[in-house]
Amino acid sequence: MKSRTIRALQSGGAAFVGLAALAACGPAGAAKAGGRPTFEGRGPITYVAGKDASGSVQEMLDRWNERHPSEKVTFVQLPTDPDAQRQQMIQNAQTKSDAYTVLALDAVWTSEFAAHRWIDRLPEDRYPLSQMLKPIVETGKYRGGLYALPFSSDGGMLYYRTDLLKKARIGQPPATWAEMKADCAKVKKLPEARGMSCYAGQFQKYEGLTVNFAEAVNSAGGVVTDAKGTPHVETPQAKRGLDFLVNSFKDGTIPKDAVTYQEEDGRRAFQTGKLIFLRNWPYAYPLMAKKDGSSKVADRFRTAPLPGLDGPGASSLGGHNLALSASAENKATAIDFMKFLSSQEIQRFTLSRAPGAPTYEALYKDPKLIKQYPYLPTLKQSILHAVPRPRVFQYGDVTAAIQQQVYAAITGSTSSAQALKDLQQTLRQQSAGE
Amino acid sequence: MTLSPKLRKWLLYAGVAAVVAYCLAPFYWMLVSSLRRTSDIFANSPFPTRLSFENYLAVLDPSESFTRALLNSLVVAGTTTVVALVLATFTAYAMARLEFRLKRLVLTLIIATSMFPVVSLVVPLLKMFVDFGWINSYQAMIVPSMSFTLPLAVWNLTAFFRQMPDELEHAAMVDGCTRGQAFRKIIIPLAAPGMFTTAIITFIAAWNEFLIALSMTNKPEMQTAPVAISTFSGASQFETPFGSQMAAGVLVTVPLVIMVLLFQRRIVAGLTAGAAK
Amino acid sequence: MVTTQNQAAPRALALPAKPPRRRPRATSGTGRLAALLVSPTLLVLVVVVLYPTLVALKDSLYGTPGLNPKTGFVNDTDPFVGLQNYGAIFGAAGARFWNAFWNTTFLTVTTVALETVIGIAMALIMHRAFQGRALVRASILVPWAIPTAVSGLLWRWIFNSNGVANALTGQHILWTTEGFHAKLAVIIADVWKTAPFIGLLVLAGLQVISKEVYEAARIDGAGALRQFWNITLPLVKPALLVAVLFRTLDALRMFDLPYILIGAKKTSVETLSMLAQDQAANVRFGPAAAYAVILFVYVFLIALAFVRLLGADVLGDDGPARTRRWWLPRRRTEVAA
Repeated sequence: MKSRTIRALQSGGAAFVGLAALAACGPAGAAKAGGRPTFEGRGPITYVAGKDASGSVQEMLDRWNERHPSEKVTFVQLPTDPDAQRQQMIQNAQTKSDAYTVLALDAVWTSEFAAHRWIDRLPEDRYPLSQMLKPIVETGKYRGGLYALPFSSDGGMLYYRTDLLKKARIGQPPATWAEMKADCAKVKKLPEARGMSCYAGQFQKYEGLTVNFAEAVNSAGGVVTDAKGTPHVETPQAKRGLDFLVNSFKDGTIPKDAVTYQEEDGRRAFQTGKLIFLRNWPYAYPLMAKKDGSSKVADRFRTAPLPGLDGPGASSLGGHNLALSASAENKATAIDFMKFLSSQEIQRFTLSRAPGAPTYEALYKDPKLIKQYPYLPTLKQSILHAVPRPRVFQYGDVTAAIQQQVYAAITGSTSSAQALKDLQQTLRQQSAGE
Repeated sequence: MTLSPKLRKWLLYAGVAAVVAYCLAPFYWMLVSSLRRTSDIFANSPFPTRLSFENYLAVLDPSESFTRALLNSLVVAGTTTVVALVLATFTAYAMARLEFRLKRLVLTLIIATSMFPVVSLVVPLLKMFVDFGWINSYQAMIVPSMSFTLPLAVWNLTAFFRQMPDELEHAAMVDGCTRGQAFRKIIIPLAAPGMFTTAIITFIAAWNEFLIALSMTNKPEMQTAPVAISTFSGASQFETPFGSQMAAGVLVTVPLVIMVLLFQRRIVAGLTAGAAK
Repeated sequence: MVTTQNQAAPRALALPAKPPRRRPRATSGTGRLAALLVSPTLLVLVVVVLYPTLVALKDSLYGTPGLNPKTGFVNDTDPFVGLQNYGAIFGAAGARFWNAFWNTTFLTVTTVALETVIGIAMALIMHRAFQGRALVRASILVPWAIPTAVSGLLWRWIFNSNGVANALTGQHILWTTEGFHAKLAVIIADVWKTAPFIGLLVLAGLQVISKEVYEAARIDGAGALRQFWNITLPLVKPALLVAVLFRTLDALRMFDLPYILIGAKKTSVETLSMLAQDQAANVRFGPAAAYAVILFVYVFLIALAFVRLLGADVLGDDGPARTRRWWLPRRRTEVAA
């Protein structure tokens, strides 16, 4: 990036400015002392995120600003679309602008931002990481270093219809895919289940498809990429995972429509009584439990960990982590602010406002919160079994390749074996080629 | 192919109705959707079952600063239009009325500038403006908007100036007017419909701009309306706020529709004048 | 927002050349005056277009920096790769480029063809209509006045799987998934937005055809169809040709409509502009710039071919015009005479 800025500047006839930029190449404000960065500078900073739905961000910032009148934090609100958010953050990094200080980074962007040195490595000992769930902390790490501080998480769960399962005399929610299919067969014999489909997740060609594919592969005991970023999708485990999705589409376990499903489409299908099982995030819980008539399944559903091949499956992790823009100023303030924003107190407050997945273990045991969000214990199980999505620096390419091949497989235009073979080849080229 | 006059008349009515329906039906759907409640946004009835302004209230809520965004759009598009029009008037006059070397080259250059994909202009411009310290300023949105409004305005005005008879200007100059006076007193008034049309076209093009405005701003109080719409969110990150998007869409479009309604006679007159030569 | 800004241009350029006649000879001051008048525009365009274009040209010669396996960081400098980014389109990785290339071409051809046909039909109807004229004219401007970003959202809403498009047709088409229907959705939305404008331009052309021509034709016993084919079409042809040319140039750079309506990285509708944007979004500026340059050259060649083959008078050159012979005497000539 630096070279690019310099080139641009030179061609603009300002070579000396370029040289100045070269001299200032290290992360601004983070002077390296004995290999450990120190964070200097206090003053106003910004917090950069997509719009928060709960409306609690400004309240949290107000709390901070009251206590730190000379180190005020301003909220920079980005578009709702995650791609647009990432784009804006990258543009900010490339122009070495100090407009963005603390970034709310999607968990899967950590590696890319860290590898490009768009964000600074954080001082691990300053944060209570040990009180957080370990898989969540892992999403903020790159090559062993902490680059993003867990702020909010997200895990997939299986929503199921308690009323129908009970009627069909099924005591437990399914733990495996086979059990789920068997349960569906039983439920579908009930007169009230006429026209219902068994299961859906997110299968539209977008990030959700990567999530669902990774979950299927992980739940069958496979991995998409290992810790070093090497792909392993041409394995029997990965094939069994993908086959679950492909065969479910073929035999009608998953309705054909589901290739257009994003989170909300699935939720609507479930809450209008079209689905027996649904894979979704926690956000859907209070919406489907609403008793204003918008949901036909309020009081008639619960959550369970995702099913897998031989036992409970593994979820992917979503959520946002806090990162420090490398080109920012007032980094000492930023480090403190990040600690404040990721604190247990704040997370409890946010959670009381809107459903989510906190990063602190203690909050999953809090009786008051559990009363508000009965899904919390299930979610904790789901997160403890979770496997991060591929942690590679060119995540954008990896997820695009996955979506391409998996979509082709579930829509029947290629076989699952061929799709995985092609995917393995593409991913290998990507990790080797650059 | 002779049809009775009555049948012809009815056919014509049917044709007119078809044209109007074609153009307005999707817009109507936007309007209807914006007036539904969030809970029945997926209803497909031709009228809202329960009329609700909740989407409009949500959009106009002070926390969204959407009115501010509309104002920003107005400032950016308005300034762009004025500046582009002034610059283009000079250039177009030279193109239409003066003989000079490299004229063909200049015209080719101006046309060629509107062939480069805008998506690729953004990053170099952004780098440049960061160096200028122009981020979050109106000029950072206005100057790049010139890249597509200026060629447009030049082409348009050149055509309008060309169609005006040379004789008038000559007569004025014979009468002792300077070229500048002749231009101001004869050409400009005559070209008024053309300039008006050009202004509207330029304004709409600038009003609709999204990519540049998105990249050049990061403060909510500087965002333009299309950018503000992109930051709307539902009650959670997964919900698409269709209702408020449609409501905001109506709010962004209505000023232009009103403008078009008020001036449609002139727009068409301008266009016709252009072709009438 | 960026793809449709030029609809207006065609009319302006539609002007056929002036009849050859003596122009005032350039006086000694003319050149300087012209330079003075033209330079502000050129200056602005150099800054906002030419400079970024040159940067892109230069960037297209550089590759993507790799990952240093030891540090785990991406290298600081972009390697110089010469013309490799351009050569890559003929290699194995070129499949995506060619897909985008054909999508761009296909969408351009279909949308422009449909817009032309529908636009002409609209113009003919509007030309005849006298009652409710204001209403018709105002309403055909509505699609054009809706920002492309908003119209993308609107059509995505209409084409939602539970949306009104499916409800009306009684189908259950999953419009936004990969497949031909995604192309169709883009075509419908684009035609809706721009056909009225072509209609308006043709209408402007129609209004200058004198009634006598038709009367003469009617006396000669020409039917409505023949009148249209032999009189109307040739007369509006110059205006139409340039309108079509500029719509074509716009359509070739189509970006936001498919991006918002269907989404990024969809094989069915990915255009060259979208591909360039996607490469840049994934921090591969070299290929991104190369695609942008290729697209520019493609647009330029099409424009050139159009002008050469069809004689569309883009530059408004003086001199004997090729389009001239179809035109019947008009008021203007009478005035001049």
